[in-house]
Amino acid sequence: MQPTTMIKPKGGDAVVLVGTTKGAFLLRSDKRRKQWEVSGPHFPGHVVYAMAYDGRGGKRRLWFSSFHWAYGTTLRASDDFGKTWTNPESHPIKFPEDTGQSLKQIWQILPAGDDPAHLYCGVEPAALFESRDGGNTWSLARGLWNHPHREKWNPGNGGLCMHTVLPDPEHPGRVLVAVSAAGVYRTDDGGKTWQARNKGLKAEFLPEGSQFPEFGQCVHKVARHPSKPRQMFLQNHGGLYRSDDAGDSWNYIGEGVPSDFGFPIVQHPHDPDTAYIFPLEREMRVGPQGKVRVYRTRNKGKSWQPLTNGLAQKNAYETVLRDAMAADVFDPAGIYFGTRTGKLFGSANEGASWQLIVEGLPPVTCVRAAMLESDGMSGKAKPARTAAAKAKTGKKRR
Amino acid sequence: MAIRFFVPSYLRPFAGGRSEVAVRSDARTVQDALAALWNAYPGLRDRIVTEQNEVRQYINIFVGSENIRDCQGLRTEVKDGCEITIVPSVAGG
Repeated sequence: MQPTTMIKPKGGDAVVLVGTTKGAFLLRSDKRRKQWEVSGPHFPGHVVYAMAYDGRGGKRRLWFSSFHWAYGTTLRASDDFGKTWTNPESHPIKFPEDTGQSLKQIWQILPAGDDPAHLYCGVEPAALFESRDGGNTWSLARGLWNHPHREKWNPGNGGLCMHTVLPDPEHPGRVLVAVSAAGVYRTDDGGKTWQARNKGLKAEFLPEGSQFPEFGQCVHKVARHPSKPRQMFLQNHGGLYRSDDAGDSWNYIGEGVPSDFGFPIVQHPHDPDTAYIFPLEREMRVGPQGKVRVYRTRNKGKSWQPLTNGLAQKNAYETVLRDAMAADVFDPAGIYFGTRTGKLFGSANEGASWQLIVEGLPPVTCVRAAMLESDGMSGKAKPARTAAAKAKTGKKRR
Repeated sequence: MAIRFFVPSYLRPFAGGRSEVAVRSDARTVQDALAALWNAYPGLRDRIVTEQNEVRQYINIFVGSENIRDCQGLRTEVKDGCEITIVPSVAGG
């Protein structure tokens, strides 16, 4: 099966990448983000858990993980928005023989910092891989692999996955990762040593008296703004948290939401104090009361507001997975989320109103968004006098 | 000696587009024969076995009509002129 259409973005366009359990889809719009072109499915039948933009070094590169149920997982790239894809003879990411492990899934692809040759991948079984040559070769982060906790880590329902990788732009050598269901770990020395950073995170599924272990928390996602890297937001398996000290400690911020269970948490691209979540009812794991509601905080989690304009408010049982929500870097920012029922929603006004962009997709596993600049894809947030800042201070946009 | 491999359609781009390929080898086991296959068509390797050199869970390898999982696995003997068929399981959803 070939993609039905191809997208041809130009400078200033919005691009959204959608991974599903049956392939990937690429979407393009102009800066208004009202009308969308859809290309796909790419890699029909493959599970796509991770995607990334890489606009560094003058490139316009898309990275995708591609899992085939019979033939395994590989890492693929396109420099022409899906017209052609790499399909390496040898899978680029492999566990060394001495580990006795085999790659199951790539859960996260992260172009790291300004060096266009530097990338990370978080994988299942939980491990961190790093490339220093633009993704041609990858090496296992041995410091974390050899951590004494690792053999005691237990998988969550989705598998023993490393789903979050956050290098600190202000602190070279510092990287924070999160694993379900092991918790948060951080290195400050470029990966030589790692420490559990789970102080204050509750593991509610453990017996009372044992609910604040050193590790073993089922962290679902962590987000932070590059301009304020010591502050982070965390969606736990039960519980919303914020750290103000780069993960040394975590404080509960889940008051005012219909459920503090959920999977994704997304940082606003221009305002480090604004974040978005999609609360889920704990047992059925759909939006509480059959409502589709994104919640937003503009004050670091002190309060949360539902964002429902354009979203179904009855008989809608939608689930959004941990990587299926994303923000672009326009101003006002675009927010997007995909559901397990194959719908992709978007807001071009920071969540004030939503539109159904496309439906009928396979279950959505991953969403990424960006603005294409004339010199490549921009994934960078821009701390500036933005729509978000004006909204917080009550000033109207012209 | 010559061993003939039958390649499933998904993997044919890594076998020069062919549905069957013949390799010459002194192989005594399936593992030896596969090593000769990887040497000729390296893109097949990672899609048939894992990095731990284990046949992937949903891949079946037949020597003649015998699934090697019912024989000696990768140590199953091969003979001159034998035919090895690579078949993905009927699976998925």
